[in-house]
Amino acid sequence: MKKLLPFLAACLVLALSSFIVFRPVAAGYQVGDKATDFKLKNVDGKMVSLADNKTAKGYIVVFTCNTCPYAKAYEQRIIDLNTKYASQGYPVVAINPNDPAVAPGDSFADMQKRAKEKKYVFPYLQDETQQTAKAYGATRTPHLYVLTRQGNDFVVSYIGAIDDNSEDARQVKTKYLENAMTDIMAGKPASVNSTKAIGCTIKWKRA
Amino acid sequence: MKQLKFIALAAALLFAVPGLAQQVAVIKLPELQKRLSRPNDTTYVVNFWATWCAPCVKELPHFDQLSTTYAKQKVKVLLVSMDYASQLDNKVKPFVQKRGLKSEVVLLNEPDPNSWMDKVDSKWTGALPFTIIVNNARNKRTTFEQELTAQELNKQVQATMK
Repeated sequence: MKKLLPFLAACLVLALSSFIVFRPVAAGYQVGDKATDFKLKNVDGKMVSLADNKTAKGYIVVFTCNTCPYAKAYEQRIIDLNTKYASQGYPVVAINPNDPAVAPGDSFADMQKRAKEKKYVFPYLQDETQQTAKAYGATRTPHLYVLTRQGNDFVVSYIGAIDDNSEDARQVKTKYLENAMTDIMAGKPASVNSTKAIGCTIKWKRA
Repeated sequence: MKQLKFIALAAALLFAVPGLAQQVAVIKLPELQKRLSRPNDTTYVVNFWATWCAPCVKELPHFDQLSTTYAKQKVKVLLVSMDYASQLDNKVKPFVQKRGLKSEVVLLNEPDPNSWMDKVDSKWTGALPFTIIVNNARNKRTTFEQELTAQELNKQVQATMK
C-alpha cells in the first residue's frame, strides 16, 4: 500500500498535467496565458527561441507569409513595427506557418528570398510542423501576438490586428497594436487587448 | 482603321451585355445584418470570400451549384466578397463574369473588421473562407471557418432545411 500510494499520486499528476497541457493547445492562447517557447529555423539557417534574447522585454510575434495579399499589404508595417519597438525591447519575430506543399510560394527558399529582398532585420522562422501556430491558436496571416516577459516566462498581452485599415496605411485611424504597446510599456494591461482582422487562412498540412 | 476599331468596340460591348446581368452591389454592415436575420423559413447560405483567396475560389462552384440543386426549395445563396471596394471594377466584376456565377454577389465595404466582425459572428476569427448557414425560422445556424467540399456543404444545407 505504501508503494501504491505514490504510484497512484504520480498517475493522478500525470493525468491532470496532460489535461492542463493539452486543453489550451486546442483553443490557442488567450490574453494572460503563458506562451510556451519554440525552436524554429530562421532564414539564416540558425534555430531561434524566445529564450535566446536575454535582454528582450517581450516580443511582437507575427504569423505571416510570402503569399497572402493581406500579409503583403502589412509587410512594410511589420518592418516598421520592428524599427520602432526593437530598440525599446520588443523585437518582431515573424513566423511562417504555411505548408509549402499547399502554398508553394512559402517554401523555405522562398522565405529566404523574401527576407533578403525586403532586408528583414528580424527572424523569419519556418513553423515546419505547424505546432507553434496551433499552440498559439493562429488562424490567419497576418495574426499578431504581443508577449511580455515575466521572469523567464513570456505572457500573451495582446492578440490581433495591427490597425484598422489593411488596404491603405495612410487611411488608418486606429493603430490597435501600437495603442496596446503604449499601455504594455507603461506597465499596464492593454485597454484593448484583442482585435479581429481579415486574413488568409493558414495553409494547414493536408491530412 | 477607325471603323474597324469601332466595330471591335461594338462587338466587345455586345458580348459584355450578358455579364451586365450579374451585378455586384456594394453593401455596408446593416444590410448584411438584415440579410442574416430574416425571420422566414429560408435557408441562407452566406459565404465570405475574395478573388485573391485560393481556397475560396476553389470552393465557390460548390456554393454556386446550390441554387440549381435546391431550385425548388427555399435555399438562397449570398456570396459576400471581401475584396476592397477599390477592386470592384477591375477584379471582382470581371471574376464574377468570367466564372459565370449565378448566385447573388455583393461586396462588403467595411474597412475595419474589428468594428464589425463580432456583429456578423463572434466565432469568426477573420480567416477566409468563412460560411454561415442559417435558417432563422427553424432557429438553426452553423458556421465554418474553413474550405468546404460539395459533400460537406450539401449535408449541412440539408440539415438546416429540416
